[in-house]
Amino acid sequence: MPLSLDHVNCIYATDTNHPVHALDDICLTLEDGQFIGLIGHTGCGKSTLVQHLNGLLKPTSGTITFDGEDIHARDYDRRALRGKVGLVFQYPEHQLFETDVLADVCFGPKNLGLDKDEIEKRAREALLAVGMTEEEFGNSPFELSGGQKRRVAIAGVLAMQPRVLILDEPTAGLDPAGREEILELTAKLHHDNHMTVILVSHSMDDVANYVERLLVMDRGRVKYDDVPKEVFKHVKELEDMGLALPEITYVMRSLKRHRFDVDETTTTIEDACEQIMNLYRMRKAPMDGQNGSSSEEKA
Amino acid sequence: MGIITAKNLIYEYLRRDDEGNVCGKTRAVDCVDVDVRPGEFISILGHNGSGKSTLAKHINAILSPTEGEVCVDGLNTADPANTWEVRQRAGMVFQNPDNQIIGQLVEEDVGFGPENLGVPTPEIWERVNESLRLLGMLDFRMRSPNKLSGGQKQRVSIAGVLAMHPKCIILDEPTAMLDPNGRKEVIRAARALNDVEKITIVLITHYMEETIYSDKIIVMDKGHVAMQGTPKEIFSQVEKLQELRLNVPQVTLLAHELKKQGMPIPDCVLTRKELREAIKDAFKS
Amino acid sequence: MIREITIGQYYDAESVIHRLDPRVKLVATLVYIISIFLVDNPVGYAFVAAFMIVMVGLSGVPVRYIVKGLRPIMIILFITVLFNMLLTPGRVLLSFWKINVTWEGIRIGFTMALRLVLLITGTSLMTLTTTPNNLTDAMERLLRPLTRLHVPVHEIAMMMSIALRFIPILLEETDIIMKAQMARGADFENGDLIKRAKALVPILVPLFISAFRRANDLAMAMEARCYRGGEGRTKMKPLVYARRDYVSYAITWCFLAGCVLIRIFL
Repeated sequence: MPLSLDHVNCIYATDTNHPVHALDDICLTLEDGQFIGLIGHTGCGKSTLVQHLNGLLKPTSGTITFDGEDIHARDYDRRALRGKVGLVFQYPEHQLFETDVLADVCFGPKNLGLDKDEIEKRAREALLAVGMTEEEFGNSPFELSGGQKRRVAIAGVLAMQPRVLILDEPTAGLDPAGREEILELTAKLHHDNHMTVILVSHSMDDVANYVERLLVMDRGRVKYDDVPKEVFKHVKELEDMGLALPEITYVMRSLKRHRFDVDETTTTIEDACEQIMNLYRMRKAPMDGQNGSSSEEKA
Repeated sequence: MGIITAKNLIYEYLRRDDEGNVCGKTRAVDCVDVDVRPGEFISILGHNGSGKSTLAKHINAILSPTEGEVCVDGLNTADPANTWEVRQRAGMVFQNPDNQIIGQLVEEDVGFGPENLGVPTPEIWERVNESLRLLGMLDFRMRSPNKLSGGQKQRVSIAGVLAMHPKCIILDEPTAMLDPNGRKEVIRAARALNDVEKITIVLITHYMEETIYSDKIIVMDKGHVAMQGTPKEIFSQVEKLQELRLNVPQVTLLAHELKKQGMPIPDCVLTRKELREAIKDAFKS
Repeated sequence: MIREITIGQYYDAESVIHRLDPRVKLVATLVYIISIFLVDNPVGYAFVAAFMIVMVGLSGVPVRYIVKGLRPIMIILFITVLFNMLLTPGRVLLSFWKINVTWEGIRIGFTMALRLVLLITGTSLMTLTTTPNNLTDAMERLLRPLTRLHVPVHEIAMMMSIALRFIPILLEETDIIMKAQMARGADFENGDLIKRAKALVPILVPLFISAFRRANDLAMAMEARCYRGGEGRTKMKPLVYARRDYVSYAITWCFLAGCVLIRIFL
C-alpha cells in the first residue's frame, strides 16, 4: 500500500503575525515503485511537503497514511517510518559527522536497532550501490570530493533500506559531472531496487528525462500531477510560476510555431534529433513528394 | 596593457599527512597565461578542482603565486604593499551568498567596503545609493539579508563590491548555489554592469550557458588552460568539451547532433533562435 | 521549533524613543537598572514604574509585545514569590501543617517580583526600540576610551555584530541538521541523560564544521572587501547627538536624582 495524503494543510505563524500557508489542501497518492519528480519555485512548499512524508513535520490538519495507517496516530512508530521512507536533505553532506565513511553510513541502520552484522552488511551494500569502493570505506568523509561526499550521504539513507527514497534537490551546488552522476544514480536505484523515488528539483532539465510522473507545486498547492509530456503543455502557467521548460522543448515549440510538424513536448535531444531528421529526409527526397509537402514551412 | 595579466602562473600547495609532515605537492594552477583587457567580459569555465577558483583568488591577492606573476591594473599582486589597492580595484564576489554578507541591513552591508576604505560618510551614502540602484536593490535597502532570496543576496554582494568603485569584478561561481531564476538574475546583473558601467567582469562558473555572451572564454582543466577563445570558437568543439566533462548547452548539442547526421547546420549554434534559423535555412537550401 | 527563538527582537516603529541616539538609550537603561535597586519604598517603586509606563507610552510599542516578553519569566516570578512567602521568618499570617505564610514574606516576595518585572520591561524596551547593530555601535562608541588601555573595543563590537547576523542562520542550520539526523532514525527525546548527550554528537559535529567553514568564508570575504581592523575606517552611520538626545540625558539624570531623593527623604 502506498503513501497517501488526504487534505493536508500546513500553516505556520511567523514573527510578523502573517500566517504562511505552506501546504494548501494537498491530496496525493504516491504509488509504490513510481519515479516521481516534484518541481517548483523556491519557497513553493516542496521541501515542507517532503518533510511531512516521513513524519518530521506534522500537518496542521489532514491525514497522511502509509500502508493504510495514519502516521500521526498516537502509537504509530514514526522512527520506524523514517527507515521506510528515507529522506535525503538538501546538501546532505553537511550532516556527515563520523570519523570514517563506513561508520557514518552505519548511523541510520544502527538507529533502527539492527544487529551488528546486519548494520555493516547494509552499510557496505549501500556504499557500493552509490559507487564507492572498498578502499574508500575507511577514509574520513571530510576528505572526499564534493560529489563523493554527497553520494556517501545518500548511502547513509539507503543503508536503512527504505521503500520510498526522497531526494531534496540532490544536485544543488554540484558541477555538471557531479550532477549527472547523482541523477544516473537515482535512476539506477529506482530501476534496480524497484524503490519509489521522489526527486525534488527546481530544474526541469534535471527531472524531465528521468521521471514517469511529475508534480508541479506552486504556493503550497499541487498545480499539475501528470506525465511530464502533459505537464509541459502548460507553458504559460509554468512560466508564470517561475519555472522554465527543458531547453529542447523550447526549441521544438519554436519550430512548431514556424510550421514544422514536430512534437512540441519533446524533452530529449535524441527524440528531437530523430524528428527533425525525419522531416529533413522527407524534404530532401522529392520522390516522396506527397508526404514531404505536409511538413514543410510555407515561408 | 591588460587590466589583469597572469604570466606563467603556477600555484602549488603542500599536502600533509596526519602528523602534519609534508608528503607532497599539488599543482592547482600550472603555467597559466591570461590577459584581460579593460571592459571585457571573460568567463572561466571548468569543473570542480580544475583550478579556476584558485586562479580567481590570485587576482584578488588572496593567494600569492608560487611562480610567475599576476598583475592587476599594473600592480603586482605578490607585493604586500599593493594588497589593499589590488583588492579595491579588483573586487570579488564569492559562491555562498550567506557567508559574505556582513551587514545586518542590506544598505549597511553595501556600505561595509567603502567604510573600510575610509571613504567620508556623505560619499558612502552616495556610493551605496548608486550601487543599490544599479543592481535594482533600492527597494530592499532596509531589509535584513536573511530574508532575501539567493539571487537577491548575490546582487547585494555585487553591490557591496561595486560600492568600492572597482575597475573589475571577479565573480567566483556566484550562481552555483542558486535556483534557475536566481542564476538568471545574477548573470543579467553582471552583464548590465559590463555593458553600462564598462566594468571588466571575470565570471567563474561551471554552467556553460552562462558564458554565451562573454567576449572570451577560458576553459580550465587540471590546472591548465585547456581551451581559450570566443564563445563561437569554444562551443564549436563539442567533442572536446564533452571530453572535459562540461555540459554543453542542450541547444548546441542538438545542433551538433543534427549536423553529424548530415544536416547543413553551421558549426556552432548558441541560442534557440539561431538554431531555429539554421534549421529553416537547411530546409530551404 | 528552534526558529521561534529571537534574540534582541526589534519592533519597527516611528517614535521618539526609536529615534534617540542608542548611546542615550544604553546609558538611560543602565541608570534605570540602578534606580530599581536604589529605591526601597512604595513611593520609589511607584515613581520608577510611572517612569517606565511613560517610556512605554512614548515608544509606540504595543503593550502586548512587552507582556509577551514577560511570559518566559513567569515561572521564575512565581517561584520567587512562593519561596519568599513561605520561607521568610516574621509575623505569621496563615499557617497550615508545617508551613507558615508570613507578612514579611509576602512583602519581600512581591517586591522582588516587581523589581524583576521592572527590570525585564525596561531592558526589553531598549532592545525593542534599538536595532542590535545600533546597540553594538553605541557600545563601541561608549567604550572607546578603553582602547587606550589596549582593549580591542572595535574588534569586540565587530564580533558582536557578526554574531548577531549569524545567529538566525546557525539556528536554522541546527534545525535542518536535527531533522536530517532524525530522518536517519536519530532519537533526541528518549533515553537517559548519557544517551541523550550522546545523541547530540551527530548534531554538534556538523554544526561546528559548518560554523568554522562559514567563519573561514566570511573572513576571506571581509578581507576581499579591504577590512583591516578599526583603524582608518569611516562610518556610514556615525552616531551624532541631536537636541532631543541632550534633553533625554537631562531627563535621565533628573530621574536618577528623583530616585536618590526618594530614598533619602521618604
